[in-house]
Amino acid sequence: MSLLELKDISKIYGELKALDNVSIHVDKGEWVAIMGPSGSGKSTMMNIIGCMDKPSKGQVFLDGVDISKESSRKLTEIRRDKIGLIFQQFHMVNYLTAVENIMVSQYYHSLPDEEEALEALGRVGLRDRAKHLPSQLSGGEQQRVCVARALINHPELILADEPTGNLDEANENIVLDLFRQLHREGTTLIVVTHDPEVAEAAQRTIVLEHGRVAREIINENFQE
Amino acid sequence: MDFRKLPIRNLVRRPGRTATLVLLVLLLSFTMFGGALTLLSIRGGTKSLEGRLGADVIVVPSEMASKVNLDNVLLMGTTGSYYMKADILDQIRAVEGVEKASAQLFMASLRASCCSVAVQVIGFDPEEDFTVQPWITRSFKRGLGDMEVLVGSRVSTEVGGNIRIYEKDCRVAGRLESTGTQMDTAVYATIDTVRTLIKAAEDLGHDLKLPGDPSELVSAVYVKVSDGASADNAAGYINGHIRRTEAIRTKNMLTDVSDSMAGVSFVMTILIAAVWLLVFFLILIAFLMILRERKKEFASLRVLGASSGMLSSMVFRETAIISFTGGLAGIALACLIVFPFSALIEKMLDLPFLRPAAGTIAGLAVGTLVMCMITGIIASAWSAYKLGHVDVSMILREE
Ligand SMILES: Nc1ncnc2c1ncn2[C@@H]1O[C@H](COP(=O)(O)OP(=O)(O)OP(=O)(O)O)[C@@H](O)[C@H]1O
Ligand SMILES: [Mg+2]
Repeated sequence: MSLLELKDISKIYGELKALDNVSIHVDKGEWVAIMGPSGSGKSTMMNIIGCMDKPSKGQVFLDGVDISKESSRKLTEIRRDKIGLIFQQFHMVNYLTAVENIMVSQYYHSLPDEEEALEALGRVGLRDRAKHLPSQLSGGEQQRVCVARALINHPELILADEPTGNLDEANENIVLDLFRQLHREGTTLIVVTHDPEVAEAAQRTIVLEHGRVAREIINENFQE
Repeated sequence: MDFRKLPIRNLVRRPGRTATLVLLVLLLSFTMFGGALTLLSIRGGTKSLEGRLGADVIVVPSEMASKVNLDNVLLMGTTGSYYMKADILDQIRAVEGVEKASAQLFMASLRASCCSVAVQVIGFDPEEDFTVQPWITRSFKRGLGDMEVLVGSRVSTEVGGNIRIYEKDCRVAGRLESTGTQMDTAVYATIDTVRTLIKAAEDLGHDLKLPGDPSELVSAVYVKVSDGASADNAAGYINGHIRRTEAIRTKNMLTDVSDSMAGVSFVMTILIAAVWLLVFFLILIAFLMILRERKKEFASLRVLGASSGMLSSMVFRETAIISFTGGLAGIALACLIVFPFSALIEKMLDLPFLRPAAGTIAGLAVGTLVMCMITGIIASAWSAYKLGHVDVSMILREE
């Protein structure tokens, strides 16, 4: 069953077609990687899927509902309820501690629950860093907090844009293991990456070039 | 943690910036509240003065008029010891256009063993007086008996106590409300009581250089002309026909006072407006400066599900806290300066200064606070809007 469907999506900046008639679909529970050279439109696509931007043309179906024409208020609600986001640059709120960063997400979603936030931190192996500020955490640790923050409200879809771009090998593996767990639990994952190893962890890879889907690769070796 | 306290966290995290903004608002509220309070005090002082100067014309002995500054004597309530014949009162009453005339008799006690305090004593006629009597009636309802006095608000003797003047004991029957003038340091009695006191002084060997027996003397006559009659004509007639007196139109004095009050008002208003503009623009600039630095933070919150409204209101709450704190501090500072130094301000401005009622001051404080909050909120409105509507899609492209 399809969770996400992009139908003939274009995003045009003046002369430039950042996305040019892109159509893809992602099933519920699927784990998809998105690759492509710099400037090929990956982040543009993430913005549209993540309800942070609207397409110039085309339709976006999330859970069967067309969200391409929704108001930004409605998009905020959808993002809050259904989507967890992870960024290359982490984007933690720098004056809040690790656990508070997770609780902010709970707060805007429903109600902050410190116990639950601490559990999520435990899940990414950082329970003992709960009271640390972002500046007191390593890049890998910050990204793990961000994973905990993305999954705290049990989103149907986790979107990650270069989640391992700033991480060393060890932290990259920790994050990938977390993704595997989320996948096993039924969460849908869309991960933008330049790293073939990260792409190989997914079930399917979509390759963008010049704003178009160049090809799709099914990962024969995918292991549950 | 309580996320409604996020604005406070934000403010505490940047103490320098927060303190600067609070100081700016403090400056604004100090000027507004202090300025308005000063204006109201002067206006109150002048109002009470106008009420007391219900007289259109004041008649004093002519040698008196040439000796001292009459404005001071009559406006600020400074009196002296000067005398003229009491029958002048009847002559004045006979002048055409004069509706009411009543006399007062002044004397001063000494800082000497005969007297417990050195004060001006003002004798008035409770039956006829229309200048101090309405003021006195407000705080003292019954008639004033023989050898009884009323004290001005700044005379220290307690009600029920005695003031000894030239070895005569006068019972303090009541205390009068404050006027902001030297009338507050004087003592009030019936003309007969004052005559007794003048006699007592002479009996003790003090030469008051009286032009006659105390029972036939007065110091000043206050005149009210009837509706439609000309006070100028009445004053002119008195000056021309009643010898050794000087009739002064009070309106001229009041005009002087209102002129200087208008001047002070004008300067105050300009000052308040200038400070308001300055503070407004400085707050505006401060918020525009932090707009850039905080875009990323707000984009992060937006991505986490905060709506534009939530973020804008977060900025507004920060502003409200700053404005409230600064506003309150400014009001407190103004109180600390204006109240203890009101005598000094009065002297500098040379205008009667009467502190408004507590309710008025409270209203003024609330008004100032509201103005500070509105100013802060308007000055930060643009930044709040921009931060609330920050483009979330930029977050993936930030380096
Ligand atoms: N707001 C914008 N205005 C104009 N052009 C834009 C804007 N945002 C993106 N672009 C352009 O759209 C194209 C696609 O950008 P996008 O960020 O999607 O690339 P990407 O695939 O994520 O690249 P990278 O791997 O470097 O992150 C680029 O050429 C970029 O310059
Ligand atoms: Mg990108």
